[in-house]
Amino acid sequence: MLEVKDLKAGLDGTEILKGISLNVKKGEVHSIMGPNGSGKSTFSKILVGHPAYDVLSGSVTLNGENLLEMEPEERALNGIFLGYQYPVEVPGVNNAEFLRMAYNEKLKKEGKEEVDPLDFDILLGEKMKLLGMDSRYKERSVNEGFSGGEKKKNEILQMAVLEPKLSILDEIDSGLDIDALKTVAEGVNTLRNKDTAIILITHYPRILEYIKPDHVHVLSAGKIIKSGDFALAHELEKTGYDSLVQMAAEKD
Amino acid sequence: MEKKIEKNSELSEIVGDQKEYKYGFVTDIESYILPKGINEDTVRAIWAKRGEPEFMLEFRLKAFKKWKEMKEPRWAHVDYPPIDYQGISYYSAPKAKKKLETMDEVPEEVRDTFDKLGIPVEEQKRLSNVAVDAVFDSVSVATTHKKMLAREGIIFCSITEAMNEHPELFKKYIGTVVPTGDNFFAALNSAVFSDGSFVYIPPNKKCPIELSTYFRINTEGSGQFERTLIIADKGSSVSYLEGCTAPQFDTNQLHAAIVELVALDDAEIKYSTVQNWYAGDPETGKGGIYNFVVKRGQCRGKNSKISWTQIETGSAITWKYPSCILQGDNSVGEFYSVALTTGRQQADTGTKMIHIGKNTRSVTISKGISADHASNAYRGLVRVAPGAENARNYTQCDSMLVGDKSSAHTFPYIESANDSAQLEHEASTSKISEEQLFYFQQRGISREQAINSIINGFCKEVFNHLPMEFAVEAHKLLTLKLEHSVG
Repeated sequence: MLEVKDLKAGLDGTEILKGISLNVKKGEVHSIMGPNGSGKSTFSKILVGHPAYDVLSGSVTLNGENLLEMEPEERALNGIFLGYQYPVEVPGVNNAEFLRMAYNEKLKKEGKEEVDPLDFDILLGEKMKLLGMDSRYKERSVNEGFSGGEKKKNEILQMAVLEPKLSILDEIDSGLDIDALKTVAEGVNTLRNKDTAIILITHYPRILEYIKPDHVHVLSAGKIIKSGDFALAHELEKTGYDSLVQMAAEKD
Repeated sequence: MEKKIEKNSELSEIVGDQKEYKYGFVTDIESYILPKGINEDTVRAIWAKRGEPEFMLEFRLKAFKKWKEMKEPRWAHVDYPPIDYQGISYYSAPKAKKKLETMDEVPEEVRDTFDKLGIPVEEQKRLSNVAVDAVFDSVSVATTHKKMLAREGIIFCSITEAMNEHPELFKKYIGTVVPTGDNFFAALNSAVFSDGSFVYIPPNKKCPIELSTYFRINTEGSGQFERTLIIADKGSSVSYLEGCTAPQFDTNQLHAAIVELVALDDAEIKYSTVQNWYAGDPETGKGGIYNFVVKRGQCRGKNSKISWTQIETGSAITWKYPSCILQGDNSVGEFYSVALTTGRQQADTGTKMIHIGKNTRSVTISKGISADHASNAYRGLVRVAPGAENARNYTQCDSMLVGDKSSAHTFPYIESANDSAQLEHEASTSKISEEQLFYFQQRGISREQAINSIINGFCKEVFNHLPMEFAVEAHKLLTLKLEHSVG
């Protein structure tokens, strides 16, 4: 589904990603782990086409199509979804209305008819129930004044409504207490299926106990220094990033 | 919902489908233009040219005398070079062979102009729910729906017709809300005003359709000085809308109008403005309209209500304060405003709520949006007179900045002489950020739609007060004007 080849990218002229290659297939969950500043968030921003970041070289394709040439909204409509680490507040814009707009764009792209507010309200209500979200979040402004946990739930709600092919979840666990973490993880798990893929970006292995990845990659200083299966996450929990980073440095 | 609303051709034309100012064309028509400059003879010439009744000469000369002794005010938070009042032509009118009897006698070029602007002045093309008075340069060229309104006892005509056909009514109210010597621009207007609209709603009559005036400045170097007078008699109500455009000239043009509203006992006037005068070159700031207008409403009777709603998107400089004098007990004043400035535009606008009667209430909701190098100031006065027991005011002024070169300012004034007054003031400043727009894009929503949605959210409280079919279009106008500013 997603093929990343020797991707180099940066911000304001500084190279942050120094050659990343990654292959994500349908139905897979990949976890990208790494210490702060390793380039995890940059990687996610590059995939969704954030204008502040520059691709220096390499290629990224989604189902064979050149992703790097697409506008951000095109990427989204082609099924890429980013679950934000810090969801953006949009005062004055009704949360349900925002979601309906996004949902209708998706329907339009698929050549289907747009959904009216009443039908959408029913759909949204079902998804919110799934995530244990209070229905009053429908009528509030997008993320405005939401607690950290509600903001993250709202991201997963959007994912549930839009049903993307590839979801990139950036530190979806940060700032969550254990109950909220469980709810969010359960929500993500119900959305897992054989046709979609997830890239789970995280600093802490904790969330991997709830969302079990098929592949784990360790990112350090802009490079994937080690890839493995779920066992690698356990190893990391015991030894921490330092020893791995050191080993990689010695190999160079 | 929005899609189901039938588009109003008038405003959808004001809005248009393009980003460029599309009303910049000039109509090639033979006009009678008074030579530039102003003195007593000019005032007499205007009076004579317009074939006005005797009492108007006195009115005009009195105003001119006052104006000569006044100095142009400079306290607004706007910046413009001195205006050469001798360099303006004070009267310009399309040449007509005789008095117009029917729409067909409107000169073809003028009719074409309004057609091009989407203003249906011809009876057969008129909007079914809106009556239009079209003012071309200084002259009212066509008023629609007259017969139908006359059956209801409603007078909707040009101000010229009003002073000739209804002199008693006209004399009773003209200059009573904005006196001739009220301020520099009011005095100038009173001396040289050419035409405008007049509305009278008889007692207990609810005007069945929207009334509307459409203003068009055509001639380069001419000023536009029109005057609107609306009287809602006891227990009556009316909703009125004005729209404005002008051609694109490199020179600045002065628009100094006066609007007077009078609401008697239990009457209600709702006055809405969608202003899209030429704003000048967005890069250099060259050209554009100076929109220096005096708008004032008087709630003269008890339980009366006056409501101003304005969507200000055009003009090089907008400088005006649609105000309410709440004289009658239990009267209500409202002011809902969206002022958008982009490019090099400047605005200093707001309202004055003067509480005189007992239990008077007022609400001010102001939304200022400033982009590019533009400056946007809110200035508002709430005054409570000693006898205004239990006066209440709620003011909310919100500013939104787009980009980092624009500016927003707030100048609230509160003067209360009665301890029972309850006055509230809230203010906020926010910004459309790149991160917000990207968030929309990441969900598959275009930047244009994102801006649309954010601006609509920001202005919702004001749009809600526009007649419905205009609200959709007003919101589109804002989006189009902002589009190239944000990205």
